[in-house]
Amino acid sequence: MDKTHALLYLALALFALGLCGVIIRRNLLVMLMSMELMLNGVNLSLVAFADRMGSAEGAVLVFLIFVVAAAEIAIAIPIVLLLAKSRRTLDADAFADLRG
Amino acid sequence: MLTAIALLPLAGFLLNGLFATRLFPNPRGTRFVTLVGCGLPILAFLLTLDAFAELRAGGYVPLSETLYTWISIGGAPFAIEFWFDRLTAVMVLIVTGVGSLIHVYSVGYMKGDESYARYFAYLNLFLFFMLLLVLGRSLLVLFVGWEGVGLASYLLIGFWFADPEKAAAGKKAFIVNRIGDAGFLLGMFVLYTALGTLDMDRINAAFMASPGPAISATLVGILLFIGATGKSAQIPLYVWLPDAMAGPTPVSALIHAATMVTAGVYMVARMSGIYVHAEGASQLVAWVGVLTAFFAATIAIAQNDIKKVLAYSTVSQLGFMFLAAGVGAYGVAVFHLYTHAFFKACLFLGAGSVIHAMSGEQDIRKMGALAKRIPVTFWTFAIATAAIAGLPPLAGFFSKDEILWYAYASERGGSFWLVAIAALTALMTAFYMFRLLWLTFLGESRLDAHAAAHVHESPFSMTGVLVALAILSAIGGFLSIPHVLEPMLPLPGILASRSGAHLPIVVLSVALGLAGLLGAWWMFGGKAERAKAFGEKVAGVRRVLEGKYFVDELYDLVIGRPLLWISENVFLKIGDRALIDGTLNGLAALAQRTAAAMGRLQTGHLHFYALLALAGLLGALAWGWRHV
Amino acid sequence: MSDALILNVVLWLPVAGIVYTAAADERRPDAVRGWSFALMLVQFALTAWLYLRYDAADPGLQFATRLPWIPDWGVAYLIGLDGYNVLLVLLTAFLGPLVVAGSWTAITKDVRLFHAMVFLIQFAMLGTFVAQDLFLFYLFWELMLVPMFLMIGIWGGERRIYATIKFVLYTAFGSILMLAAMIYLVWSLKTTTGVASFAFADLYGAGLKPAAQSWLFAAFALSFAIKVPIVPLHTWLPDAHVEAPTAGSVILAGVLLKMGTYGFMKLGFPLFPDAAREATVIVMLLGVISIVYGACLALVQTDIKKIIAYSSISHLGYAMLGLASVDLIGIQGAVMQMVSHGLTAAGLFFMVGMIYERCHSRNLADYGGIAKLLPVYSVFFMVLTLAAIGLPTTSGFTGEFLALLGTFRTAWQAHAAGNSTMLWLAGVAVTGVVLGALYMLWFAQRFLFGATRAPHAEHVRDLSAREVGILAALVAAVFWLGLFPDEPMRKTELAARQYQQLVGGARAVAALPATEARR
Repeated sequence: MDKTHALLYLALALFALGLCGVIIRRNLLVMLMSMELMLNGVNLSLVAFADRMGSAEGAVLVFLIFVVAAAEIAIAIPIVLLLAKSRRTLDADAFADLRG
Repeated sequence: MLTAIALLPLAGFLLNGLFATRLFPNPRGTRFVTLVGCGLPILAFLLTLDAFAELRAGGYVPLSETLYTWISIGGAPFAIEFWFDRLTAVMVLIVTGVGSLIHVYSVGYMKGDESYARYFAYLNLFLFFMLLLVLGRSLLVLFVGWEGVGLASYLLIGFWFADPEKAAAGKKAFIVNRIGDAGFLLGMFVLYTALGTLDMDRINAAFMASPGPAISATLVGILLFIGATGKSAQIPLYVWLPDAMAGPTPVSALIHAATMVTAGVYMVARMSGIYVHAEGASQLVAWVGVLTAFFAATIAIAQNDIKKVLAYSTVSQLGFMFLAAGVGAYGVAVFHLYTHAFFKACLFLGAGSVIHAMSGEQDIRKMGALAKRIPVTFWTFAIATAAIAGLPPLAGFFSKDEILWYAYASERGGSFWLVAIAALTALMTAFYMFRLLWLTFLGESRLDAHAAAHVHESPFSMTGVLVALAILSAIGGFLSIPHVLEPMLPLPGILASRSGAHLPIVVLSVALGLAGLLGAWWMFGGKAERAKAFGEKVAGVRRVLEGKYFVDELYDLVIGRPLLWISENVFLKIGDRALIDGTLNGLAALAQRTAAAMGRLQTGHLHFYALLALAGLLGALAWGWRHV
Repeated sequence: MSDALILNVVLWLPVAGIVYTAAADERRPDAVRGWSFALMLVQFALTAWLYLRYDAADPGLQFATRLPWIPDWGVAYLIGLDGYNVLLVLLTAFLGPLVVAGSWTAITKDVRLFHAMVFLIQFAMLGTFVAQDLFLFYLFWELMLVPMFLMIGIWGGERRIYATIKFVLYTAFGSILMLAAMIYLVWSLKTTTGVASFAFADLYGAGLKPAAQSWLFAAFALSFAIKVPIVPLHTWLPDAHVEAPTAGSVILAGVLLKMGTYGFMKLGFPLFPDAAREATVIVMLLGVISIVYGACLALVQTDIKKIIAYSSISHLGYAMLGLASVDLIGIQGAVMQMVSHGLTAAGLFFMVGMIYERCHSRNLADYGGIAKLLPVYSVFFMVLTLAAIGLPTTSGFTGEFLALLGTFRTAWQAHAAGNSTMLWLAGVAVTGVVLGALYMLWFAQRFLFGATRAPHAEHVRDLSAREVGILAALVAAVFWLGLFPDEPMRKTELAARQYQQLVGGARAVAALPATEARR
């Protein structure tokens, strides 16, 4: 097993872990953290491919994702805070107001 | 000059309609209206005399004047052009002459009416359109006048519009006329498509040329005649004319007796180039004419409203004119049109004078013995009655005799049956007219005390006109119109086998008139019981006749109601509401229900959404696995 | 100032109006009304100037402006006057000041927004007419929806929400199909000729295969047919009219409906001539159905506005007949009928608005004998009614007569060639003349005549000078087109010929009037 394969398996593991976290955990903050985990899994795979292909596009994309993720968290955390303030809970199931 | 003849009444309409009452307060306003309303038509009449003199001086070469080009498409112009030949001259003289007289008469008749200015404005408007109708060179101008006189007639019938029945009568007249106009329009379309022109002299020339145009003259003739049945109140479109009596009586005299209703006859005579070559159409014209004459006369016998009797008599006399036109004697048709204009105008105006004297009463059962009280009206009415009955040497005798003669002996469809029905009708005409005379003016007085106290002779402006018209009805027949028109509208040949029958026809014609007179005298001259007893003997027939054969009711049942019913129940309820909107609302409801069902997937739980996303991801992966 | 610039000013002046209303003071509504009216008047004056300058002998685009916009797709800001749109632009600009004047007392809520909407719709309508680029046309076409939606939705009657949604869904549905067809059309032009262009002039020569034409024609035709509207796509119209404020009804009947017939004339038929020829009989049939069906329905309505709404359906049926006839006289008649209907229907809707302002009822049964109560009103009402039923000397006659004559000529040729279907259709169409008189006069009879009866009759006053001015302007236009149609029709004639060539090809040109030879 070469280096790329190993990195890709690691990326897959991170992504799966994050996915499981999002699905299983009920705490909004933990769900957000799990989502970051998924993002990082994808980032890792991009880096691995960039290294394998010897091109810079993958690395550039990683930086883009960093920026987007930072912005996303910057918005998401205040929202979660406001939600927590209004309902005194962080349980995701408590926020089912958008039910169709 | 022709333009001026037509436009003078229009100026009268505009002046009276827009300015008169605004600029001048009464009584100066009334004087202004009278001056403009009567002065301009009289001026038009004088100009017509001048134009006629010019026509004669020029050896009867038609005068023409182009006003402007209405529209020109693809190089084909529709010109507004006036045309003045022998036939036009006769018509314009009748229209402006009789028209002016009736305008003058109206001054007395409409005195004190709150809408005096409006009345004269409408009357002038009518005259304008009527002059367009007879002066136009092209069928298009004729049609503008044709519809325009319909409008004026609509406005004048419904002149006292506060009475819904009168307004309804106006509407009925307009709509029935429109039915005819639709046919007329089709006729114009066929002619324009085939010939590329609507100029009537050109159309006639095209049909007279050989080879003629590639369209059926009969088809065109029938289509145009549909228009004539509407305007000239022939079967099956005559139903509007009796109702049209709701208008002021001078209007009935001018529009619904002397001029407008004869437009159809004029048109047929004007388009004789077509009808000469349309044997089938001519037969139709003759038979429709004679049957209308007959049926209208039977109805007239049983009517008790003085104006209704005259209205049906008008329908009947128009039938005589069409009979003449149908057998190819166009000049004779115009001759009867001309004499009829005099005596029928005189009768209507006389009736107006009677109604005036009776304070508005129109039922002849409540009249009688008026002769002494209103002598001028009586004598003029009597002369006109004798004229319409065809007693020599009055005007009606000459024209009616010629009609009977050509109906019998013309090469273009003269037949025994035509003359037989026409003769019977002539007999009935004399009978019902003398009945009217007797019941109104002679016999015992059946007036109620109130009306009797108010009976008075009309003012000079009215009786003077009556006298003038009575004189014309008496001597008008000596000017032989067919002879005047013959270079333009040649009379049909006489069947060789019948050429000797003219004297018997003359004798028959006189005899019929006298028989009608004696019959009416026998029935109504003596005791009232005789008429009453006879009426009871034939009560069933009388009811049918009084009910005018229930044709109005029949049309309502067969056309009016089904049209409304279909519109309401099929088109509106089923078509619009159930089918179209139903489908649409159904679709909208379906969309809403689908949305509601799909909406249940939106539980609001983040975990469920994440699970859905995972399922989607897995699905996509599986698909990719199989296809890559 | 060059004339092309003036056309641009005419088009963009309403935008200036919107800016003005945004800055104006809501507490001084009369100032808003006054300035809006003045602006509209300027616009009309400029349009009239352009109309007078329009050269009837020049078949090309006049006062044209061409600016590249999205060059890669061949989209350009291309506007100009031609025979197709010159009268309609004039009509639109003519109605503008009247609409503002007519809403003077009727609109008291959100006066600024209302005038902004009037300006916006004026902008969109003018844009649709003067656009000579399909992309631009489509933009303006869609833009028309927005102000109309708001106008009915905000200032409308009780069921305004239902009406406005119905209106928007109907029209949007048609527009989507047109958008798809438009994209396909331009794409296929590019693949066959290598030129990417949205200009009408280029698209006329696209030379599509008949099969493709049928589909594209269907999509365009559906969109236009909804706007006309042609039966059975008409049910949005009565609802929209009934709920719309007077200004909305006037704009709707006066100009918006003409978008449909104009679309058919400028795009639907000439872009897809083979398909259009195939569909001639169907279009004629639908036109005749519209005439008769609309008239019958007008006969049984009890709401005054609905009577006029259904009469619109009937009247535009004549325009469709004239267009489908592809006969020079018929086409000219169709154009005249569009303009004439714009005048008479707008006038009648104004009049309904005026009586509604006084008596607050649209129910015909509430009225009677208005002629005694409001004599001046009644005179105008009668004149417009008679124009609507096509009495000679009014514009209605010019339109109906020419449209029917043209239809009949085409039908007669088909008949001579052995196909009598069209002749029967033309015959049935002529009965519309009778039905038209029937419902309009019945309406007038129940409304104007008889014993006087009206809600609030004791407070009712006859027309004000402002109202007389509006109606007098319309009546003057009606008689102008009825008595002297030659001058305006000459300006449209070359476009009619072009249309005839594009749609009819060799057949139509050979069938020019036989008159020229005869004379």
